[in-house]
Amino acid sequence: MIPGRFDYYRPSSAQEAVALLAKLGDEARPLAGGHSLIPVMKTRLAAPEHLIDLGGIADLRGVKVEGDTVVIGAMTTQHDLLTSKVIAEHLPIIPETSALIADPQIRYLGTLGGNVANGDPGNDMPALMMCLDATFTVLGAGGERTIKAREFYLGTYYTALETGEIVTSIRIKAMSKATGYAYEKLKRKVGDYATAAAAVVLTVSGGKCTSASIGLTNVAETPLLAEDAAAALIGSSLDKAAIDKAVAAAEAITNPAHDARGTPQYRTKMAGVMLRRAIARAMTRAHG
Amino acid sequence: MAKTHVTMTINGQEVEALVEPRTLLIHFLREQMLLTGPHIGCETSHCGACTVDMNDMSVKSCTVFAVQANGSNITTIEGMAAADGTLSALQEGFRMMHGLQCGYCTPGMITRAHRLLIENPDPTEDEIRMGIAGNICRCTGYQNIVKSIQYAAAKINGVPFHEAAE
Repeated sequence: MIPGRFDYYRPSSAQEAVALLAKLGDEARPLAGGHSLIPVMKTRLAAPEHLIDLGGIADLRGVKVEGDTVVIGAMTTQHDLLTSKVIAEHLPIIPETSALIADPQIRYLGTLGGNVANGDPGNDMPALMMCLDATFTVLGAGGERTIKAREFYLGTYYTALETGEIVTSIRIKAMSKATGYAYEKLKRKVGDYATAAAAVVLTVSGGKCTSASIGLTNVAETPLLAEDAAAALIGSSLDKAAIDKAVAAAEAITNPAHDARGTPQYRTKMAGVMLRRAIARAMTRAHG
Repeated sequence: MAKTHVTMTINGQEVEALVEPRTLLIHFLREQMLLTGPHIGCETSHCGACTVDMNDMSVKSCTVFAVQANGSNITTIEGMAAADGTLSALQEGFRMMHGLQCGYCTPGMITRAHRLLIENPDPTEDEIRMGIAGNICRCTGYQNIVKSIQYAAAKINGVPFHEAAE
């Protein structure tokens, strides 16, 4: 399998990259870790004439803390996220999720920015970013703007990114130590996309759930923010009745494809099972 | 479309070459560098037979363009043994523990395990299994592959190797 011919560019700054994208137009694609794009280039489902490799832009990689916010460069790899002390301390649900993505070799190259910007509902980070209310900083030839993860996903492989724009960083408010969290993913084997997966963060005070946020992976055309499901938990004592109500609300918004992972009915139910498990594990981690 | 000039250090030796941008690293290594140790198994990033070490990362060389590897330091299975032919601890482990049957996955398994043991010199069995989860053995000989890596870890750590009871 040999991709079609293309010209290769390796800019050293994000400004240079977006200037190239603007100049080269529709036939240019940015290349991050390459583990979504290169496979489709090999099968010629994609045949960009120009490839702009973001791998040489040092500024796009790394993790830093700004006040109560963690800023993650778009080219930060899943392996970086798994080994970052800052991420482990402030956003431990991220490495829990990264560990379930692909396999070790792919995690060395696969990036957070690529995972969130690709628009593939099978990717795990988008639902987590919605759950965490992340903000994406994007850069185009016309300048920089920010887009909420919750407003980013418009359809399968269709996002709020304009042609020529790239995601440069992801900003997420640090989780408090008392926050309960869990990412639960059902997959057929290592490296598979989710049959269904659920991200949960919640806080508890005096035996009552004081906040909750839920994201669902690969059970619709886009990642889902399960707002009604979260609302069913808030104010409850996270008793069985509240959790049953949340699971039903989450199942109600799914619309999974019928594929090798199962029928829509099965995948909807598995979304419910993953959510139930994620809530249970988040509860064991929540303090307060 | 013009070829690109690349330089790399491969198994300790500096090389330079002209590559088409679309040339995958695995094809560059096998066809231009004549290093046929890294194998082409699935060509779809699943099997890990093409694994090489690139800048201290295990990568599937079927899913990296050679131009992306420009300036990098690469080790393939050919670079694992000492210059005098003495096998590395992992190579010795695979030999002693019967860690290969047909041998097709072995270059990828050893190259991946090499990085795993650098990052985690004393892995548990679970950590070994998750660490090689990106490498598939079609003979399904995982039991002995895990033992081979345990043998190598023991040798590297200077402790006696005891096979776990089955």
